[in-house]
Amino acid sequence: MGARALRLGSRNRELVYLSVVGILTGLGFASVYIARQAEVSWGSLTYAVFFFVLYLAAHVVARSTVPDADPYLLPMAALLTAVGVTEIYRLGNADAFRQGLWIVVGVALFALALLGLRRDYRLLEQYKYLFGIGAIALLFLPRVPGLGTTVNGARLWVHVGSFRFQPGEFSKIFLIVFLAAYLREKRESLAQARLKDVGPLLVIWGACMLVLASSNDLGSGLLYFGIFLAMLYVATARMSFVLTGVALFAAGGVVAYEKIPHVHERVTIWLHPWTTHKVFCPSTGGLALRQDCESYQWVKSVYSIANGGFGGTGLGKGTFTTTDGHQLIPYVNSDFIYSALAQELGLIGAAALLLVFMLFVARGMKIALQADDGFSKLLAAGLTFGFALQTFIIVGGVLRIIPLTGITLPFVSYGGSSVVANFLLLAGLLLVSNRANSS
Amino acid sequence: MNQQISRIALVGLLLLAALIVATTYWQTWAPGSLKAKQDNAIQRVAQFRIDRGKIYASDGRTVLAQNVKRRAGGQTLFFRTYPTHGLASQVVGYSTQGRSRAGLERGQNAYLTAGNANVGTIIQKLTDNLKGATIRGNNLVLNIHVNAQKIAETALRGKCGAAVVLNPKTGQVYVMASSPGYDPNRIESPNGFASILHSPGACPGSSAALLNRATQGLYPPGSIFKTVTAAEALDSGVYNAESRFFDPGYCTEYGKRVSNAGNPEAPEQFGNVNFVQAYQHSINAIFCDIGMKLGAKRLIERAKNFGFYAHPPIELPSNEVSASGEYDFRKHALFDNAGLADPGRLAFGQDKLLVTPLQMALVAAAVANNGTIMAPHLVNKVTGPGGGTVVKVHPQAWKHAMKPESAATLNLMMQAVVTGGTGTSAQIPGVKVAGKTGTAETGENHVYDAWFIFFAPADDPKVAGAVVVEHSLNGFGGKVSAPIAKQLMQALLPRASNQ
Repeated sequence: MGARALRLGSRNRELVYLSVVGILTGLGFASVYIARQAEVSWGSLTYAVFFFVLYLAAHVVARSTVPDADPYLLPMAALLTAVGVTEIYRLGNADAFRQGLWIVVGVALFALALLGLRRDYRLLEQYKYLFGIGAIALLFLPRVPGLGTTVNGARLWVHVGSFRFQPGEFSKIFLIVFLAAYLREKRESLAQARLKDVGPLLVIWGACMLVLASSNDLGSGLLYFGIFLAMLYVATARMSFVLTGVALFAAGGVVAYEKIPHVHERVTIWLHPWTTHKVFCPSTGGLALRQDCESYQWVKSVYSIANGGFGGTGLGKGTFTTTDGHQLIPYVNSDFIYSALAQELGLIGAAALLLVFMLFVARGMKIALQADDGFSKLLAAGLTFGFALQTFIIVGGVLRIIPLTGITLPFVSYGGSSVVANFLLLAGLLLVSNRANSS
Repeated sequence: MNQQISRIALVGLLLLAALIVATTYWQTWAPGSLKAKQDNAIQRVAQFRIDRGKIYASDGRTVLAQNVKRRAGGQTLFFRTYPTHGLASQVVGYSTQGRSRAGLERGQNAYLTAGNANVGTIIQKLTDNLKGATIRGNNLVLNIHVNAQKIAETALRGKCGAAVVLNPKTGQVYVMASSPGYDPNRIESPNGFASILHSPGACPGSSAALLNRATQGLYPPGSIFKTVTAAEALDSGVYNAESRFFDPGYCTEYGKRVSNAGNPEAPEQFGNVNFVQAYQHSINAIFCDIGMKLGAKRLIERAKNFGFYAHPPIELPSNEVSASGEYDFRKHALFDNAGLADPGRLAFGQDKLLVTPLQMALVAAAVANNGTIMAPHLVNKVTGPGGGTVVKVHPQAWKHAMKPESAATLNLMMQAVVTGGTGTSAQIPGVKVAGKTGTAETGENHVYDAWFIFFAPADDPKVAGAVVVEHSLNGFGGKVSAPIAKQLMQALLPRASNQ
């Protein structure tokens, strides 16, 4: 028996890992409860139970639809959402409840995607132009008068009644599906760089970039561009495309820095977040130290990270409000969730979190390597690279590796559209993985 | 395609690895410098989550500073309240949100917030942390004597001035009063702060209540500086108690007459006197001659032996303690270049000398303690939140001002001032009091800064101190400040040595 009994199937392993995640989630909420007994009740622990049950349901669907898929991805997504919700809960109960609901929606769509595409997801290939046009349409949605809303100087949101979402998050998935299908079909001719084949590609991509630049969503612009180049490289193996692309991007960046005030401001904040004398403050029109004006948010965020030190303050014990109860870091639970986590979990916790992201990327890329058709490979590689790059853009911005642009941290940040879109990404990877492993 | 996939996988992983590196930088290398940033609100807020230690007077019962708990933004915060409404206000200082901190609240912040490195505190803090309990700071028990401090503050009320009394043998500071004072509870309120800043003119010019005049106030010392000159005269062996002088009522310096106190046209004249009498009656002309004989260099060097040109090692923040010495008024800076000093005027405490009351109390303490100045201490001990002693402050010598023999002679000279000189109003029946008056010109006619430095009992000194009252109209040190000093000595000396 021994060895044979221990060799668990993929889904059984997934169940074991999910149980571990369930215990961790319980511990997380328990420590928030202990640190903040005064305003948090034992009821908070039901979050952990609720989560476990939710992921159990996702696991059951995966068991019947993608039995041979990678067993690590779902537990890792569960862990990341759990860490996110615990921290969001600690920062404000109401948002955590809403985030919980979005995770339910995300898991439901994840289940639907698995059920709908379990036979052969490759039929998506036939609808590639639909996805391409869909990606652009989604990006344009916030620009439609009456629908769009401007938040944080970027017009990214769509309002329908009290329901608000960011179509850009879904547009990203659509674009990856389109690129995977299109590049699979045209990869040979693309490698010869024939204008006829490159044309539609440039049109779709150019339209995306235009929309992004005009809506001030620089983070997404960088993300889409990065995904585009990576997938183009995987499909054509032409390094010259990548280099040309990077050169074009650099040129575009310089022009944007010179011409677009929003870009100029971001770069200035990045280079000189602190000033010793007062400088012009665009939001008030007066003079102020830059750390009290343009770079206020980033500076407060980095103080939060620094305050964590090696071991962190402990979940629930970080400082996020002033002595009179005002929020110290604006948008702490979306764009700056990482600085909140870094303060409470410290370097140990933050590094562990990033290792989970790395593991997720490693598994995703492994799936791309194992897949045996071009579309699957491109799809898995595109989704995974997008996931990695998005993480880098937001956390790298928070850590001042690159200029800061507002974008969500996958699975962790507060934000319904982001959570739901990432569950679709997860479903895509599991579908590819299942097919690769069962054939 | 697999080769390309492996490559972009590597790129993705490297990007994420860079995030770990950057996080390490911000969490291990950067925090030190970030903590010091003015706008680092987290550091400020975090300190209000600590149950800050209390500050007690020397009786261990009178609370000078304690906390009120308040809940804000889902956290328990501890804010300061000052039950005595301003007893020793500039010494205790304040700890508020908007205006940060001052006084011992700032100078001893590490102890008060359990940030000190004593093993007991570290263990305590660690256990509190693990239990998820509030961090509790250590308490300060000061040497400040409630009754005497109140007497000093009452005596100075309505005037600008300061009083410092300490134990010359241990350096324990019993009284440190600065008038006008303020109610630290009002610092945070906008109207309260404005009223503190513009407190009704107790004295012309600056009535700044936040200023600790005892340690920051810089005054011309006038004749009390003759004590330092006499120390140099005796210690160098150039003069002794029996040295004979003739006082014509003036001395001649740079070809011009420098007259004794009183009407310059008809100054006081004392004729033939010895050194003791010259000091006893505070004869400027004789000290002027002594100063010219000794030279400015030696006087400045002697002053340094007394602690001038240095910050007395007291527990207050360093920018709340000024150094005494010769000041370049234009540059607002100390100078010790004897070539720029006027030795005659320096010898009797005018020239460009500016001193703090604390420094002059230490001059008296040096004479009282055989020439040795003990480091002044406001804090007697630091106790843990549970009550145990964390640190007991032990007496420590700071400066050797002069030889014990010189101090013994000066002791007799200072007694003579009180028994039959300018300081008779400090006499206490049954107690040998030693003192020296000073009446420093302020630039306005008949308006003086009135000084008295003192110690008692002269044969076994238990207290030494300095009192200064600013801008007294016709107020000589002997008339204005010596009676205040007398009250303080009576309050502090054991009943047996009073009547």
